[in-house]
Amino acid sequence: MPLGLLRYGLNGKYPAKRHFRWATEPKKSYDVVIIGGGGHGLACAFYLARDWGINNVAVIEKGYLAGGNTARNTAIIRSNYLTPEGVQFYEHSMKLYQELSNTFDYNILYSERGHFTLAHTDAALRTSRWRAEVNKHLGVDSELIYPDDIARLCPSMNLSENVRYPILGALYHPPGAIARHDAVAWGYARRASDWGVDILQDTEVTAINQSGGRVTGVETTRGTIHCGKAMQAVAGSSSLISKMAGFKLPIRTIPLQACVSLPVKPFLDQIVVSGSLHVYVSQSSRGELVMGGSTDPCPLYSTRSTLDFKEGLIGHIMELFPFLGDMRVARQWAGMTDMTPDFSPVMGKTPVENYYIDSGWGTWGFKATPVCGVTMAHTVATGEPHDLIKPFRLNRFDEFMQVGEKGAASVGH
Amino acid sequence: MKIINCPLNGPRNALEFVCAGEVRTMPDPARCSDHEWADYTFLENNTAGLVKEWWCHVPSSYWFIAERNTVTDEITRTYPAGELFRERVEFAAAGEGEKK
Repeated sequence: MPLGLLRYGLNGKYPAKRHFRWATEPKKSYDVVIIGGGGHGLACAFYLARDWGINNVAVIEKGYLAGGNTARNTAIIRSNYLTPEGVQFYEHSMKLYQELSNTFDYNILYSERGHFTLAHTDAALRTSRWRAEVNKHLGVDSELIYPDDIARLCPSMNLSENVRYPILGALYHPPGAIARHDAVAWGYARRASDWGVDILQDTEVTAINQSGGRVTGVETTRGTIHCGKAMQAVAGSSSLISKMAGFKLPIRTIPLQACVSLPVKPFLDQIVVSGSLHVYVSQSSRGELVMGGSTDPCPLYSTRSTLDFKEGLIGHIMELFPFLGDMRVARQWAGMTDMTPDFSPVMGKTPVENYYIDSGWGTWGFKATPVCGVTMAHTVATGEPHDLIKPFRLNRFDEFMQVGEKGAASVGH
Repeated sequence: MKIINCPLNGPRNALEFVCAGEVRTMPDPARCSDHEWADYTFLENNTAGLVKEWWCHVPSSYWFIAERNTVTDEITRTYPAGELFRERVEFAAAGEGEKK
């Protein structure tokens, strides 16, 4: 280590500051308790405090801040969905993301890359065209392109016809972006705590107290906390917490695995996704290839990694980028996703009067972080769901009014 | 979980099997309410722990029941569906329930 850097690190002139205030002891009572200190819960706390003047709020996190799926996703942001409900929702999120560094005065390393969804079959081409038309109708920049344009935009990709699944075209979404996922959570945590929100880490909710069909408080490993309203944002464990509140969800918890390679010089600007090959890959600002694949074949509450998954994923990456044969995998991990039958989230009101839910975040949660914060803060503050999340209500399943987004999900099918 | 012990074919690679979800009792479609039917169709117990699930050995198209721990990913027991379902389940004929 250079001596100058050591001296800089040890002198007291530039002390590292904590990114957010730690609440050491919980108060006896809060207006709103948010269960889950990931991106979604913190975002909701931030908008509750900033936009609705409700700052007597606690965010309760079992582990450490943003250590669950916020830390485990592949940080892709896009809005090229299939249904009008989905497109409008994710497009609003993208607009918020584009301004988020300014909102926080904190850099989230938002980087617009362009996003390809590759089509290897006629059916996939048809869905891509459908998505492009829905997107364009709603003002989202999205179009179907063919191999000559793909070659021009992304020269490193193998467009040979002599592979198992030749590339026939792609849905191209120029505003597709990646961001530093930890920074998104830290930014929300920092500004929420500036507004007076208490962030309680290492605090597990063990029961939800109710009286007369209303939530009165939560039992935690650090004692009872009373509350006026409560909300859960714990994707991966949504069913376990909702069981405490006394209702079932249309969710199965399924692991989604991912890995990153060693860092190399930049060669891949775009985010490349293939639903048929079950692959998505982008190159981070550090030069690592961030790679994800399909969800696991059956439900599981675990974040273990498997060799089968890596073999399948890397085989498919090799088909797209054959020169990566000597690349090394640096880290691997998994997150627990909330898979819903229609690939849309479950948000808004619940059978319990003053208890709200933000769940059903399968493989699409990170990109929705800001819009979930805004819409859930609105829902918690007013008691009525925000217009953008009405289609994602829990009782849509009773009414057989699903919002089918399977065709726009990158993986998991 | 890499090897699954199929009651018909013996121990086989887990990639040969598909999981079809928890074993649940189907309500009578002609007599149950919309809410009961939606519950059966869409809602999940999503238990963390021991569950009874339908599994299929795809190459031989053989359906059986496995008891699996959804936290440790271990299958503790597999057996033919006949152990759980000893009798044929009869439902009301379509339309019959609506008259009542």
